[in-house]
Amino acid sequence: MANEAKKSTTPLLDDLEKGKWPSFVREIKKMADKNPRAKDLLGQLEMSYRDKVTHWKHGGLVGVRGYGGGVIGRYSDSPDKFPNVAHFHTIRVNQPSGWFYTSKALREICDIWEQHGSGLTNMHGSTGDMVLLGTSTDNLEPIFSKLTSKGWDLGGSGSVLRTPSCCLGKARCEFACYDTLALTNDLTHEFQDVLHRPQFPYKWKFKMAGCPNDCVASVARADMSIIGRWKDDVRVDQDAVREYAKSGVNVQTEICDLCPTQCMSWDGRELKIENTWCNKCMHCINAMPKALRPGKDTGATILIGAKAPILQGAELSSVLVPFMKIEPPYKELKDLVEKIWDFWGEYGKNRERIGELIQRVGMGQFLEAIELPPSPQMIKNPRENPFIFYEEYFEEEGSGEGSK
Amino acid sequence: MESVQAEQRRTDIGPPNYENFLHPVIKKNYGTWKYHEILKPGVLVHVSETGEKIYTVRMGSPRLINIETIRMICDLADKYSDGYLRFTSRHNVEFLMTDQSKIDPLISEIESKGYPVGGTGKSITNIVHTQGWVHCHTPATDASGIVKSVMDELYDYFRTMKLPAKLRIALACCLNMCGAVHCSDIAILGVHRRPPKILSNLNKLCEVPTTVASCPTGAIAPAVVDGVQTVEVNEEKCMFCGNCYTMCPAMPLANSLNDGVSIWVGGKVSNARHAPMFSKLAIPYIPNNPPRWPEVVDAVKNIVEIYAKNAKKYERLGEWIERIGWSRFFDMTGIEFTKYHIDDYRFAATTYNTSTHFTL
Repeated sequence: MANEAKKSTTPLLDDLEKGKWPSFVREIKKMADKNPRAKDLLGQLEMSYRDKVTHWKHGGLVGVRGYGGGVIGRYSDSPDKFPNVAHFHTIRVNQPSGWFYTSKALREICDIWEQHGSGLTNMHGSTGDMVLLGTSTDNLEPIFSKLTSKGWDLGGSGSVLRTPSCCLGKARCEFACYDTLALTNDLTHEFQDVLHRPQFPYKWKFKMAGCPNDCVASVARADMSIIGRWKDDVRVDQDAVREYAKSGVNVQTEICDLCPTQCMSWDGRELKIENTWCNKCMHCINAMPKALRPGKDTGATILIGAKAPILQGAELSSVLVPFMKIEPPYKELKDLVEKIWDFWGEYGKNRERIGELIQRVGMGQFLEAIELPPSPQMIKNPRENPFIFYEEYFEEEGSGEGSK
Repeated sequence: MESVQAEQRRTDIGPPNYENFLHPVIKKNYGTWKYHEILKPGVLVHVSETGEKIYTVRMGSPRLINIETIRMICDLADKYSDGYLRFTSRHNVEFLMTDQSKIDPLISEIESKGYPVGGTGKSITNIVHTQGWVHCHTPATDASGIVKSVMDELYDYFRTMKLPAKLRIALACCLNMCGAVHCSDIAILGVHRRPPKILSNLNKLCEVPTTVASCPTGAIAPAVVDGVQTVEVNEEKCMFCGNCYTMCPAMPLANSLNDGVSIWVGGKVSNARHAPMFSKLAIPYIPNNPPRWPEVVDAVKNIVEIYAKNAKKYERLGEWIERIGWSRFFDMTGIEFTKYHIDDYRFAATTYNTSTHFTL
């Protein structure tokens, strides 16, 4: 009898409490002792581990009054067995730029979530939001009013501007070529309406990276990737280069030979850089941060169109504006964004990301529509096929129209 | 008590300003950082033009954390970093400190609570991942369980910096790729392998035209069955992407016998040296084997170890493969090459080798 009582109801998940890496099962179990939602989540998850299939149903339309996003509806397919997760909706809370917090602010959110939800979170979700994992429909309005009373708002979901996110930029990085935190905060506040209320053909993501290292993976994940860069010379401290050499860095093989443009040379005393060739890849700066720094004439490259595979295949962002100064009030950038959104709203099909629309209509047509000049920075190479849609032509003299 | 008067209801306030959450030393030296050093695994120092310093201690987390754990992290921040902290884009926690002498005591306290310190420089840092069976309706596998099992095995790579270059692993539990894993050194991707079932109540749940339009290969056509409007699927055309299920709840793909995991390698997002690259297919399918997916763990570990042994300093996994060639990659890893490795979707021909540059 005593053995019977001790027998675990979650033998498969129990195995994931073992091992050195911190265990998500332990996180759920710790809440399960005091929170019935967490307890039923554990039970349903064990059932998934046994059945090798999810037990969550397709989401439904659920949210807070006046918003069309920010809450992901989730329902159990076994509410009879696990009534406390019959509804188990996710709330996305818009994170502060760069994911900086104080302990006081985090504790306030914990207190709200303790009272109204599962007590489980993701820090953070893939898009960047703080994710409050699992509550019922009747708790949504109370949570929303408590969050807003503490200065927090919901993030995006569905066909909206998704919560913008950024690297930590100038707050703690010497590579940042523009203020990613300020821009992210500014755009998020400027575009609150389209963030909360679906008005787009599909989702739109902004990601701000301070330098070409792209620590927020903007080139892979953002419809508009804003990646910092500089125009002038790499700043070099020759004494510090010699220090690196003395401490064992082989400047020739580890720095010069790995430079993709071969724009550097090292004679054992001085590192020379032919800056007009430099493509700002960051390798030398990453490898010797005490000796090398980005230049001072800084801004960003604007790229467009990244997305995951659904629907027409994954895309990386590609260059749209080779260089733009990024300074408040960001008028040039916002004008560009509005033009693109107008074009997308006009021509985008339902659930067509901007990258797919550009593939469909052609980059040339897109550039004309948003009034940007074509430039060689936009391509890996010019077209290889001769199937050109010529628009200009001559007509015989006197036949009416001349060349278009 | 919980009801809120309409006039009191605040909306569209946006996130709090990040400036409220910056450590005073960060605020003071904002934009004037001069250089940084990695003092040891998981510990950074950033030095400002003025000579002021901020130390960072990076702690790994399982991403799914409860409020007790967040409060524990807050306690640590209060004790060691003046109440200031941040999270990274890969689910790590960073304590931002001014007192160097507090670093080692903080590390001991973090480790005594069962969390690792590391993830800097030439390491394997935390795995970016999705919800899986914990909270998603479309997954082909779980996320957290595989991540836990892989990180248990690769734990030392988090706490050391002995790899040729950094190595980024990501996991997405279906082709929607909420984790955008398609540019990772190693990507673990859940895959379905059977066409959707068509539930008899489709006409009540779904719009037929949008369901038909959702299919990238045009495999779905309108149909009438027993006088009821529904759809039919040309199964030969189905590539199991799951987009129909996203649009129509009456077309589930989940299949406990056939769902599983694929492994992709060689992607990167940084521009350092080589331009950003997609990950490419290494292993098309490994069956789901919970709770620990040992075949997936072995496959990832095998790729990591062979890369670690053979790549040159600073060479990312994809750069290494590009240098040695794919034939040698499959040879060295012992991974079987199949017809599934050869692309047959759009622009497939651009991936065919048109040279004699390869090893035999």
